[in-house]
Amino acid sequence: MTYEFLVASAIGVLVAGGIYLALRARTFQVVLGLTLISHAVNLFLFASGRLVIGRPPIWDKTVSAYTDPLPQALVLTAIVITFGMTAFVVILALRSFLETGSDHVDGDRVPCDTQDGMAEDGRAKGGEP
Amino acid sequence: MSLAAHLAILPVVIPALAAPLALLAMRRRRGLGVGIAFASCLALLASALALMGQVSGGTILAYELGAWPAPFGIVLVADRLAALMLVLTAVLSLIALIHAVVTRADAKGWHFHPLFQFQLLGLNGAFLTGDLFNLFVFFEVLLIASYGLMLHGQGPARLKAGVQYVVVNLVGSAVFLIALGMLYALTGTLNMADMGLKVAEVAPADQGLLRIAALLLVSVFALKAALAPLHLWLVRTYAVSTPAVAALFAIMTKVGVYAIIRVVPQVFGEGAGAAAWVPAPYLLPAALVSTGIGFAGVFVARSLSEQASYAVVGSTGTLLIAVAGWSAGSLGAGLYYLAHSTLAAAALFLVADVAARRRGDYRDAGTPGPAFAGRGGIGLLFMAAAIAATGLPPLSGFIGKLLILTSVAALPGWGWAWPWSWGVILGTTLIGVIGFARVGSAVFWKTTEGEAPAAPASRADLIAPALALALLAALSAGAGWASGYANAAAAQVLDPARSAAVVLKERAP
Repeated sequence: MTYEFLVASAIGVLVAGGIYLALRARTFQVVLGLTLISHAVNLFLFASGRLVIGRPPIWDKTVSAYTDPLPQALVLTAIVITFGMTAFVVILALRSFLETGSDHVDGDRVPCDTQDGMAEDGRAKGGEP
Repeated sequence: MSLAAHLAILPVVIPALAAPLALLAMRRRRGLGVGIAFASCLALLASALALMGQVSGGTILAYELGAWPAPFGIVLVADRLAALMLVLTAVLSLIALIHAVVTRADAKGWHFHPLFQFQLLGLNGAFLTGDLFNLFVFFEVLLIASYGLMLHGQGPARLKAGVQYVVVNLVGSAVFLIALGMLYALTGTLNMADMGLKVAEVAPADQGLLRIAALLLVSVFALKAALAPLHLWLVRTYAVSTPAVAALFAIMTKVGVYAIIRVVPQVFGEGAGAAAWVPAPYLLPAALVSTGIGFAGVFVARSLSEQASYAVVGSTGTLLIAVAGWSAGSLGAGLYYLAHSTLAAAALFLVADVAARRRGDYRDAGTPGPAFAGRGGIGLLFMAAAIAATGLPPLSGFIGKLLILTSVAALPGWGWAWPWSWGVILGTTLIGVIGFARVGSAVFWKTTEGEAPAAPASRADLIAPALALALLAALSAGAGWASGYANAAAAQVLDPARSAAVVLKERAP
């Protein structure tokens, strides 16, 4: 029960943070948000075979009870895919920033506003020509 | 075993082999890479047609990868619907490839041909697989390839739209995985046929979770199909893509529609107990709204490619109105319209490109410019494509819409819904006709003073749009055979017990 609570709340917190960041206007925060969401999804997939502790996933002479090995294989596939996707979207966001001069997801050239809390960073990076 | 026994996996293997070969060849000899790409597309067409010949009698082929038996191993399932989608993909890819090579769009970046082949690999795999997680993997393959193809040629506009396209699809993939995890936790299987049998045994306390999983899964497919309100990514993406790529992307929204048609009757069909047909009530209103939005977009679009993108949204909505009936008659009409609308959308994108190449700085903007070379001929091509896209006689759009209208009116239990469907389909047709006439007359009829832009060296770029329109004409001429096949495919999809018996062999009742 306590393990289930721990894993469930971890997934919930990750998803909440991920959604908040994914709804922000700047690409870097959106990428971070997507990473958090994909972490949560991986944990969720891992838990879909039920949480079992101290049991092997593959055949062993000495044990009779196993944990479900399939979700582990699924998670491995999902991790590889999301890793590749995250690498791609980071490079894409960088290229987009360098070519359009804006790191907003909608591609608009918005001057760095102070209410975003990112004003110093934006100027320091040379975001404005 | 002979080659015929492995026919079901050929549409996946051929592009998987052709892509790395093209990658190796393209570095030194472009001609060789182009040759490999064409050979692969022709081989895909041949294998898809052979597969269609095998399954058109009603047999369902189940191909067990690595000879692992069905619920444990991954299985490819080829039935009439899968064969139809494979043939459509092969034909469309050939048209898009011809246009890309003739206009030398493939030379604007490094890896057009390998990415194109990987895109076909993902599409064909998604149409063939009988395993839900495998469907996710093939979705990712086709998405990764589509990111590369969409950005092909680069430029700020493509990068801007590309970021949005990638982010939206990453969120979609995450939701897809959540739905898969829930379904696996509830049923303990990922094989679609097996899951269709297991959902009936889900405990009453877990019915809520099952419904959530079903709705999440279908909303991911709706995102791929660009169904309202999840359609916002499509227009910006397609309108800025390389036209040959946009023509190929005409099949991408149909992948979402295909997945809905495949998964809902098989997993959440009659036998699913309390979760039976959970997504069905939401489908019709969403389809009606996206039809309206799509053709309203056709009406207000500022350029030919933007108009073609909105036509994709509108035609997918029209298609899903028919799908939402979930009867053999309306689904059959929908499948005929699916084949038609894919080719019509491709023709629109290609004609837009042909005009843009001749108009100099005006590109494909919907405003009058100086008279350009070949105005009359291209104008006729545009008119034919617009007639097809809106659904006027004599082309197949008219037959498709007529079939949808008659089948929808005959549906039991659609007392209030069919007048709405009729109103929306007929009203949007009128709006679409006016929209195409407005932009078409501005681009091809009115002229302004000014120097005519230089005509391109050859008229070979007319081949691909003419080919697409010829296929539409063939689809109209062979409408009897085509709609018969579509109806048979629909009846097969709506009878999941038979395909489950083939896939699972001894386990099925």
